[in-house]
Amino acid sequence: MAGRNMLGLILTNFQDTYIPELTTQRTFSSIPFGAKYRLIDFSLSNMVNSGISKIGVVTKNNYLSLMDHIGSGKAWNLSRRRGGLTFLPPFESTGDKYNTFVQTIDAIRDFIEHSYEDYVLISSSMSVVNMDYQQMMNAHLKNNADITFCYRKRTLSKGSNGGEPIVFSLDSNSRVREVLINPRTIDSADCMIKTCIVKKEFLLDFVSDCVSRSKFDFARDVVQAAVKAYNVYGYEIKGYCTEIETIQNYFQANMDLLNPEVREELFNMRNPIYTKVRDDMPTKYGLNSSVKNSLVSPGCIIEGEVENSIIFKGVHIGRGAKISNCIIMQDCNIGKETILKYVVCDKDVIVSAGQQLCGIGSYPVCISKKSVV
Amino acid sequence: MLPKQEVVAMLLAGGQGSRLGVLTRKMAKPAVPFGGKYRIIDFPLSNCTNSGIEAVGVLTQYQPLVLNDYLGNGQPWDLDNDNAGVHILSPYEQKDGANWYSGTANAIYQNINFIERYDPEYVLILSGDHIYKMDYAAMISFHEEHNADCTIAVIDVPLEEASRFGIMNTNLDGSIYEFEEKPAHPKSTNASMGIYVFTWEKLRKYLKLDAADPNSSNDFGKNVLPTMLENGERMFAYPFEGYWKDVGTIDSLWEANMDLLDPKTKLDLTDEKNKIYSRNPMYPPHFVGDTAEIQNSMVADGCNVYGSLEFSMLFQGVTVKKGAVITDSILMPGVVVEEGAQVSYAIVAENTVIGKNAVVGSRPEDVENRDNWGIAVVGENLTIGEGAVVAPKAMIDTDVKGEN
Repeated sequence: MAGRNMLGLILTNFQDTYIPELTTQRTFSSIPFGAKYRLIDFSLSNMVNSGISKIGVVTKNNYLSLMDHIGSGKAWNLSRRRGGLTFLPPFESTGDKYNTFVQTIDAIRDFIEHSYEDYVLISSSMSVVNMDYQQMMNAHLKNNADITFCYRKRTLSKGSNGGEPIVFSLDSNSRVREVLINPRTIDSADCMIKTCIVKKEFLLDFVSDCVSRSKFDFARDVVQAAVKAYNVYGYEIKGYCTEIETIQNYFQANMDLLNPEVREELFNMRNPIYTKVRDDMPTKYGLNSSVKNSLVSPGCIIEGEVENSIIFKGVHIGRGAKISNCIIMQDCNIGKETILKYVVCDKDVIVSAGQQLCGIGSYPVCISKKSVV
Repeated sequence: MLPKQEVVAMLLAGGQGSRLGVLTRKMAKPAVPFGGKYRIIDFPLSNCTNSGIEAVGVLTQYQPLVLNDYLGNGQPWDLDNDNAGVHILSPYEQKDGANWYSGTANAIYQNINFIERYDPEYVLILSGDHIYKMDYAAMISFHEEHNADCTIAVIDVPLEEASRFGIMNTNLDGSIYEFEEKPAHPKSTNASMGIYVFTWEKLRKYLKLDAADPNSSNDFGKNVLPTMLENGERMFAYPFEGYWKDVGTIDSLWEANMDLLDPKTKLDLTDEKNKIYSRNPMYPPHFVGDTAEIQNSMVADGCNVYGSLEFSMLFQGVTVKKGAVITDSILMPGVVVEEGAQVSYAIVAENTVIGKNAVVGSRPEDVENRDNWGIAVVGENLTIGEGAVVAPKAMIDTDVKGEN
C-alpha cells in the first residue's frame, strides 16, 4: 500500500483569518461542520482511509478545541504504537517561526526527518471531500513528479473568494505550466486545493532554500517558484469537493449536505468520515414537532419546527420555535416560539423565548459561542 | 501480581433469553439492541464505570459471538485498563473435564481464580437483562455500613405484580428474614433486582459449599442465598428508587423502549456525568426528508426518514421511505422500510427489509379478539415481500413472500 510510505501533515491555523466569526476561539480546522464533524475530520479520515498511519497535526494557537476533539486519535484508529498521531504545537524556540508554510515546515524539520516514510502528504484541512490519497500518490509516482497539488474546476466570481485563489494552467499530461494568483477569470478555472504530495528530501531541501533566501510567501515563493524550476503536477478532484473560505461558502457547504447525492459521496461506510464520539442518546422528537429537509445529530430534543437546517449534537429546540435555513451548533438552546432564519449559532448559544433573528442567504447572521440572546 | 481491586463485578451474560424468541436466535440476551443505539449490556457496564468499578468479568455461554465482538477490549466503557478492565469468561476445560456453567452460582464458582487475582473485599453480581442506572458505589457503602455479608438490591413494585418477582421480606432495620420466590400471596413489595453485593470471603465459602452439594442446582436465588440465610449470615435489602425494568420478554422489551419516548421518563440518558456508553459505529447524522412526519419518536445516527413515524424508535442506519408509516414500533439497526409499508406495534430486528406496501403488526383497536393481539416480531436479515402481511403477535424467522 502506497499510503504506508506517506507521512501525513495537517496544517490547522493558516486560514484563521478567513472566517473570523468562527475562529476567535478555535483553529480553522476545528470549525464545526455538517452536524457532527469538524473540518479536520475530512483530512484525517481521508488519510487513515488511504493507509496513512503516521500523522502530524501542526497547530499554532487557539488549539484547545482541536486537542479536545482529537484527543489521542482513538476515533480515527490513530492511537497506536506504530505511527499514530502527534500534535506539533510551537515550542519556545520555534514559536515565532510558525507564521508561514515555509517557516512551519522548517520548524518541524526534526519530526519529518525522523519519520520512516519517504513521502509527505500535506493538507490544510479546509476542504470538504472524501478522497483516496493513495490514487493521488500513484499519479505522483507515475508522473515522476516533484510535487503534486490537488485542484478542482470551479467558477471564480470576484469578491466572493476568501484569500487568493491559485489557478493552474496544465498541459495534457496534467503538468502545471503556469500559476496565476488571484486572476480575473470568471469562467471555469483549475483552482489549486491546498493539499499536496512531495518527496521528503525534496520538501526539506526546498524549504531550507526558501528560509536561507527569506522567501516565505506560499503562493509566490513556493507554488510559483516550484512550477518554474521543478516537475509540478496537478491531480484533479472530480467528485464533490469544496474548500471553506468564507462564511457564505461555509454556509452553502453545510446546506449542500441536504442533497442526498452529496451525502452519499461524502459519507459512505466503506470510507467513513470519523469524528469524536460523545455518547449522546438518539435524538428525541416531541409531539407537535415538525422537521423537514434537515440533517440532525444525536442528543437533541426537538419540540419545535425545523426546516432546511443543520442541527448539531445536544441542541434543544423549544415548543413553537421555527428554525429555517440555519446552522445550530452543539448544545445550543433555542427558546419557545423563537424564530430563526439564516442564522449560524455557534456552540452553547442560548436564544431566549420569543426572539426573532433573520439573516439572508448571502449573509447569514452569526451568533458567537456561548452568547445569550 | 495485579493491583488489588476493592470490588470485582461479575456480570451474568450467559442466558439464552428464550422468551425473546427470534431476537436471541443468534445472540445472547445482553447483546440485544435497546434504546435506539445501545445494547442491554451497556447499562450494567456503564453503571460499573460510573461507579468506579474497574474489574468486570462477563460470564458468557450462549451464542457469545455478537457479545464478544461488541465488548472487544472494553474501550467504549473505559474498561480497557491494563491492570483490570473487562474480561470475557466463557466455560473452559479443566483437568477433570469440561463443564458448562450449570447455574448462576456455578458460573462464579468456576471463575474463583479470576476473582482471586484482584484480592477483592467485595464481589458484585449483576445480570445482563435489566435496564436501569444505579450507583453501585452507594450500594457497596450501604453493605459496609451494615456490616453485611450479602446485600440484595430491591425495588418497590405494585402489590398486584409482586407475585412475578422474588420478594425479600425484611425487618425494620432492612435485614432480610425471608425470601419468597414468586409468592402467590406476597407479604411485601420488595422485589429483588438480581443485583447482589457479597463480602468475598463469605461468598467464596458458600460457593464451595454449594459446589460440593450434588443436589444443588447451583443457582444464587434457589440455593446460595437461602443457605446463607439459614446459616444466619447478615443479609440486607438495599432499597433502590428509580427506573428499573427487566427486559426478558418481548412485551417488556417493547415497553422499556417506549418508556424512553415518555418526556417524563425516570431513565435520564442526558445526564452529562453518568452517561450510558456504547460502541458507536461511524454513521453520518440522520436526515429527515421533506415528506417526513415525526411525532414523539427517537432517531439515531445514519437514518434516512422520508415516511412517517409516531411513537417509534429508530436505531442506527434505518431507512424509512416515502409513504411508509411506522407507529409504536422499534426498528433495529439497518432496517429498510420500503414505500407505503405499514409497521405497527412491531419489533423488526437488524438489517431486515420490509417490502413495499407490506403490513407488519397492527393496533390493538383493529383486532377483533384481543387475545390474538400482541407485538409482532420480525427476525434479523429477513425480507418481508411486497404487500405481504405479518399478523400481530407473529414471530417471524424466515423470509415472507410477497404478492408476486
